[in-house]
Amino acid sequence: MEAVAKDISVATDAFGGNKIEATNVQVYYGDAHAIKDVSVKISERSVTSFIGPSGCGKSTFLRCINRMNDTIDGCRVDGTITLDNEDIYDKRVDPVQLRARVGMVFQKPNPFPKSIYDNVAYGPRIHGMVRGKDETDELVQSSLKRAGLWEEVKDRLLEPGTGLSGGQQQRLCIARAIATRPEVLLMDEPCSALDPIATAIIEELIDELRENFTICIVTHSMQQAARVSQKTAFFHLGKLIEEGPTEEIFTNPRDKKTQDYITGRIG
Amino acid sequence: MSADAATTISLLKPDSRTRRRNAAEARFRSYGIAAIVISVFALVFLLSSVLTNGLSAFTQTFLVMDVTLDAAVLDKSGNRDIEEMKKVTTIGYGTFLQKAVIAELEAKGISTEGVSAAEVGGLLSKEASGQLRDKVLADPGLLGKTIRFETYATGRVDGYFKGRVTMESAALDKNTSPEQLELADRMRAAGLLTVSFNPGFLFGPDASELRPESAGLGIAILGSAYMMILVLVMALPIGVAASIYLEEFAARNRFTDIIEVNIANLAAVPSIVFGILGLALFINFVGLPQSTPVVGALVLTLMTLPTIIIATRASLKSVPPSIREAALGVGASKMQTVFHHVLPLAMPGILTGTIIGMAQALGETAPLLLIGMVAFVRDYPAAPPEGFFDPAAALPVQVYNWTQRADPAFVERASGAIIVLLVFLLIMNIIAIVLRRRFERRW
Repeated sequence: MEAVAKDISVATDAFGGNKIEATNVQVYYGDAHAIKDVSVKISERSVTSFIGPSGCGKSTFLRCINRMNDTIDGCRVDGTITLDNEDIYDKRVDPVQLRARVGMVFQKPNPFPKSIYDNVAYGPRIHGMVRGKDETDELVQSSLKRAGLWEEVKDRLLEPGTGLSGGQQQRLCIARAIATRPEVLLMDEPCSALDPIATAIIEELIDELRENFTICIVTHSMQQAARVSQKTAFFHLGKLIEEGPTEEIFTNPRDKKTQDYITGRIG
Repeated sequence: MSADAATTISLLKPDSRTRRRNAAEARFRSYGIAAIVISVFALVFLLSSVLTNGLSAFTQTFLVMDVTLDAAVLDKSGNRDIEEMKKVTTIGYGTFLQKAVIAELEAKGISTEGVSAAEVGGLLSKEASGQLRDKVLADPGLLGKTIRFETYATGRVDGYFKGRVTMESAALDKNTSPEQLELADRMRAAGLLTVSFNPGFLFGPDASELRPESAGLGIAILGSAYMMILVLVMALPIGVAASIYLEEFAARNRFTDIIEVNIANLAAVPSIVFGILGLALFINFVGLPQSTPVVGALVLTLMTLPTIIIATRASLKSVPPSIREAALGVGASKMQTVFHHVLPLAMPGILTGTIIGMAQALGETAPLLLIGMVAFVRDYPAAPPEGFFDPAAALPVQVYNWTQRADPAFVERASGAIIVLLVFLLIMNIIAIVLRRRFERRW
C-alpha cells in the first residue's frame, strides 16, 4: 500500500501543485457508508476524471468538494478536504463562499427559467462581483465567450435559457458556473444527456478551460475520460481503487478491478 | 396436425381474455360518462333554479310621482329649523304621502273604486315615508317645491307583477286585497308604477321583515369584501412563510412530523369549531367587538391557513430539485435559492391555493354565525381601516338570514344574493386562472 501511495504522489507532481487534497474522506447517508476512506490529490489546471460503475460514489465524492452534500438530510462527511491548504469542512467556512470558488455543472442541463443573460449574471450579482450594467454586460459576454456560446446567443440574450438546445443549455450552465470566476469546476457527467456532436463540443471546451481552471469530471464514458483528462481516479463500491495519469490507468492499470472495468468486464 | 392448428391464434378473432378486458374497459368508460352526466345535470339544475328564483331580485317595482312638499304640513313652525322639522315623524310623512298618491291618482283620472285611502297608501313601501323625511331633512329648501319622488312599491305589488302573488293568494292575505292589485294594474298602465333594475338590492342595507322590497346586500357585500381583504393580508404571508419554513428549512424530525399531521387535520376540522374558537379567543379573551369584519377575518384566516399551507407546500415540492442545485451550485444561500428561484416557480400553485382557500372562506357561514355576524346591521361600516371594527354582515350569512324570514319575497332575494355570491366566486376563480397564466408565461 505504501508503495502505491508513493507512486501516486510522484505521479501528481508531474502536473504542478495540488489544488485539492482529500484525506481519509468518509461519507455516510444515514447508516449507509457511501464513501470509504478516500484520499486523493487533484492537481491545479488539469482535468481529473472520476470513473467507476454506477453507485460507486464518484458523484458523491465530487459533491463533497463544494459541500453540495450539506443540503442532503442525514449526510455526514468525515476526514478533511483542503482547497489551497484550507480545510473546506472547517466550522468557519461558509459553504456559500466556497461554492463561488468551486463551481459545478450538473448531469442534466439545468438553466434557471430566466433569460440567458440573467442565467449568467445571477452568480456574479449575488456575490457582488459586478457593479453596474456595463460591468455585468462585460462579464456575461466574456463568460459566454469562454463557454463557446457567445456567437450562438449574442442576438437573443433576453430569451429564456430553457429555450436553447440541450448542448447549448449545458454550455450555458458552464458559462454560468465560470461567471463567478471559480478556481475549480466540478462536472457531474456533463455530457450524459447530450448527443455525440454536443458532447464533442463540450469536450473541446473542457480542454480549453483547463488552462484557467482545475477541473474534476465524473463520467461514465471511458473514452471521454481518456480524451479529456490528464488524471483518472477509479472508484468501486465507495472506495478509491486506483488513481494516476490517465494514460497509465488505461494502458497499464495496477489493480485487477480497474483492468476489469476498463475492459468492460465489470460495470 | 389439428392440435397444431388449434393453438395458432388468429389476430382477427379476439380471444376470451381480450374480450373480457375490452368489456371491462367499456364498462369503466360508461361509469365515467354516467358520473359526468349526473354532475352536469346537478350543476344545471342548481344554476337554473337559482337563476329562475333569483334573477327577479335584481328588478323592483318603483312608484314615481310628483310630490308637492307642503310647508304648512311638513314645517308647522315655518322657520325651517331642523329640530322643529324633526317633530314631524314618519307617520306624519306617511299620511302626507298617502294624500299625495290619492291626489296623483285623481289628477291622472285613475279610479280608486273599492280601495280605501289607507289601502292606497298601502301600495307604497313602508320605507317610503322615511325616505321622503330624510330627503326633506337633508335639504329643507325643498319645502314648498314640487319634486319627482321615486320610491318602492310594497313587496306584494312587486310580487304580483313578478307572478309571485296572484289574485287568489291576495284574497286570502289580510295585507293585500285583489282590489289593490287591480288598482296597481291600472297604475302600471298609466306609468305610475314601473318595474326596473334596482341598484338598492346591490348597494342598500338590509331591511326589516315587513319591507322586503327595500332589503339590499350593500352591507353584506362590503362586510365580505373587508373580510376577504383581511384574510388575504393575514393568511397569505403567514401561510407562505410557514410552508417555506416547513418545506425548505425545517429539519425532518418528530416535531415537524407532528406539525404536519396537525395541519392536515386542521384542514378537516368543521368550520363551526373555528367559530367557537373565534368566539372564545377573539371576542371573549382578546375583547374585539362582535359582528365585525376583523373578527370574522381572523376566524376565516385560521380556517384558510391549512388550505394555503398544504397547497403551497405541494407547489414548493413540485419545483424540480435541479433548480435548487443550480442555485446552490453558483453559491446562492438557502434563502436566495428559495426567494430567487423556488418561490417564483411555485407562485402559480401558491396563488391558486390561496384563492381556492379564500373562495371557501367567502362562502363560509357557520363560524360567522357564532361571532355575531348574523346581527341585523343597518349602518354601513366606515371606510377601512376603522371600518374593519364596525359591525357588518356577510354575503352567505345574509342568504341564511333571508331564508329564515316568512315573506316569500325574501326567498327571491336570498336567491339573488346567491347569484351575487356565485358571481364573486367566479370572479375570484377567473383571477386565479389569469394570475396562473401570467406567472407561467414568464418562463
